[in-house]
Amino acid sequence: MTYLDHAATTPMLAAAVAAMNEALPMTGNASSLHSSGRRARRAVEESRERIAAAVGARPSDVVFTAGGTESDNLAVKGIFLARRRANPLRNRVLVSAIEHHAVLESAEWLAEHEGAEVRLLEVDEVGRVRPEVLRAALAEAPQRAAVVSVMWANNEIGTVNPIRELAAIAHDFDVPFHTDAVQAVGILPVDFGASGVDALTLTGHKLGGPYGAGALLLGRDVACEPLLHGGGQERDVRSGTLDGPSVIGLATAVQHAVADASRRSVVLARYRDELVARVLAAVPDAVFNGDPGTGVIDGGPSRLPGNAHLSFPGCEGDSLIMLLDAQGIECSTGSACTAGVAQPSHVLTAMGVDESAARGSLRFSLGHTSTAADVDAVAAVIGQVVERARRAGLAGTRRAASSSLAHSRA
Amino acid sequence: MRVLAAMSGGVDSAVAAARAVDAGHDVVGVHLALSETPDALRSGSRGCCSKEDAADARRAADIIGIPFYVWDFAGRFAGEVVDDFVASYAAGLTPNPCLRCNERIKFAAVLDKALALGFDAVCTGHYARLGVDGTLRRAVDAEKDQSYVLSVLTARQLAHSQFPIGDTLKDAVRAEAAARGLRVADKPDSHDICFIPTGDTAGFLAGRLGEQPGPVVDDATGEVLGHHRGVHAYTVGQRRGLGVAQPAADGRPRYVLGLEPATRTVRVGAARALDVTEIDAERAVWSSDVAPAAPVECVAQVRAHGGTAAAVARADDGGGLAVVLREPLRGVAPGQAVALYHPDPDGDVVLGSATITATR
Repeated sequence: MTYLDHAATTPMLAAAVAAMNEALPMTGNASSLHSSGRRARRAVEESRERIAAAVGARPSDVVFTAGGTESDNLAVKGIFLARRRANPLRNRVLVSAIEHHAVLESAEWLAEHEGAEVRLLEVDEVGRVRPEVLRAALAEAPQRAAVVSVMWANNEIGTVNPIRELAAIAHDFDVPFHTDAVQAVGILPVDFGASGVDALTLTGHKLGGPYGAGALLLGRDVACEPLLHGGGQERDVRSGTLDGPSVIGLATAVQHAVADASRRSVVLARYRDELVARVLAAVPDAVFNGDPGTGVIDGGPSRLPGNAHLSFPGCEGDSLIMLLDAQGIECSTGSACTAGVAQPSHVLTAMGVDESAARGSLRFSLGHTSTAADVDAVAAVIGQVVERARRAGLAGTRRAASSSLAHSRA
Repeated sequence: MRVLAAMSGGVDSAVAAARAVDAGHDVVGVHLALSETPDALRSGSRGCCSKEDAADARRAADIIGIPFYVWDFAGRFAGEVVDDFVASYAAGLTPNPCLRCNERIKFAAVLDKALALGFDAVCTGHYARLGVDGTLRRAVDAEKDQSYVLSVLTARQLAHSQFPIGDTLKDAVRAEAAARGLRVADKPDSHDICFIPTGDTAGFLAGRLGEQPGPVVDDATGEVLGHHRGVHAYTVGQRRGLGVAQPAADGRPRYVLGLEPATRTVRVGAARALDVTEIDAERAVWSSDVAPAAPVECVAQVRAHGGTAAAVARADDGGGLAVVLREPLRGVAPGQAVALYHPDPDGDVVLGSATITATR
């Protein structure tokens, strides 16, 4: 099996599995006062400190959540609601056009239910939010923005945004800045304090930790309305009994992934570049989408090192996925699915890629278990797979009547 | 063989896929997304295009142990089945969208794509029997027989098709599904047109075509008996909803005898005037790909269930077909298909079909 869908979820690190296995049989609610509770509390707080140390945050910045979607919802909705309550004129939400749906749908929800005005930030042809775009959007109504959200690195095409610069621009307008960094933490040099952002989303299953565990790094001075009400366990911003074993697994994974990030980043970029070169050699008219990855942004590469996003003209993405799956190669179209029906990616559309090219796209994403053999496996079959998918694509566009209504006579 | 199993989310296609696996084929399940705006949940027994149906199909594939994908044919379906359905009604015809879907989508667009991707055949849960020699026969379960909606398939299409449950009664298919652990074993059958989940065909057509009022005319006297909202709301043989207050002279119910979209006229009259003994049809398709050279003794069927009569059919060079019935049939509507069968004690064999253009 060739697993090249690490951006969807990456295998858990052995250290994280071991840490969770050790923690799972232990009893103790971290809010309880007795000794079992104190033991659980201690494990949670140590985890908080390990995460903070790994990503340049203070322990008090770390709000544990049930993952990336919850963190994004909490940041976008919670900061908007708090900021607008402080100043009712601040009613605008600025989010990039290439955000994950957890951010986009949160913004849409605010528009529908809270009367917010959503301003989508345009991206350039590689999918990057240019600083002048954010500055101009804020300048349209300097006193009216409540929150800005721009992802650190895009999940589909891997483009890295200049987060430090964007956050500084938001602060010029006195607007809090959130970034969804689920694809960035553990692979890019993410430093919460140095980046200047007010809130940052990270999640376990993208970096070798468990599913359903994540955090919102939220500066102490950033006002945020809670979305989950109850015991107020996490700074009164997030309620719910903490999932101790998952928190421990998350902290272990963050610590290991971050420690190994600079080495792994180089290795993955090498595999990625070889993968792209060999695919382009086998399929000369394929297109490598997004940033070439040769630049430097905030001390790291300008593209996620494990991301290879390619378009194959004349092919349907779903045919490519099926044919590769049959060859034991697992990848993704990188686009959202409802009822499993592939829609043209909003990310590619925002970059100006036309719909047919967007439909014929694949995302190969490498991660900590990837090897040179994975690259060989793709290179060995991609030519025939694309050829066959192309024939199927043509079959799909031909009028059925011509093939089915023939009648002859003896 | 590499077989693509079309899985609607219902019990029949799930058992068909499982049987294809048992037969030793390399099977991949595919759910066809045909609605451009799928509802999240199904209500009652209607339709087969909701996200819940896709989820049911996926669970069945999980249990059978085959890969599963969703193919989006909503655009093709809208253009070639739904638009055709609406245009046919607007033209005073009575279309059969299931037949059209088989002809243009399932055994055309889907089959072509499957063949291009390296599959050898498409397998469905239709109730019909397909012999190794390519003969298509009625299903063993006469109540469920779907050979009529498959009678539009050519020899090439049939050569790449599998109907694994045509030899089994519906109850046995359900029992087999339960024994296999398929959760769709007791899922209600879908009865209605899948793209009209409310079952309100007249309302659907009114929404697409608007009101096109015209007269309701007595076929015998020419007298205008009332007014209607559009010929698309009527089908030949229809009795209800004529909106005619005045009773017929003989006190018997009136039926729709004919529709004339050019003058927006609905002609009505007595039941006996519905009797048809001659049918003209076009666009004949022969299951063997060879039209009979001489007039052929056969059984003609004019709708999905029932409506059969012994007949003599004569094909011409241009795909036309003239059918003389040995006994009259009622409610024969232009736009419907006339399917021809060779009677056989082992199951009537489909000869072919054509689209009805005129009746006498």
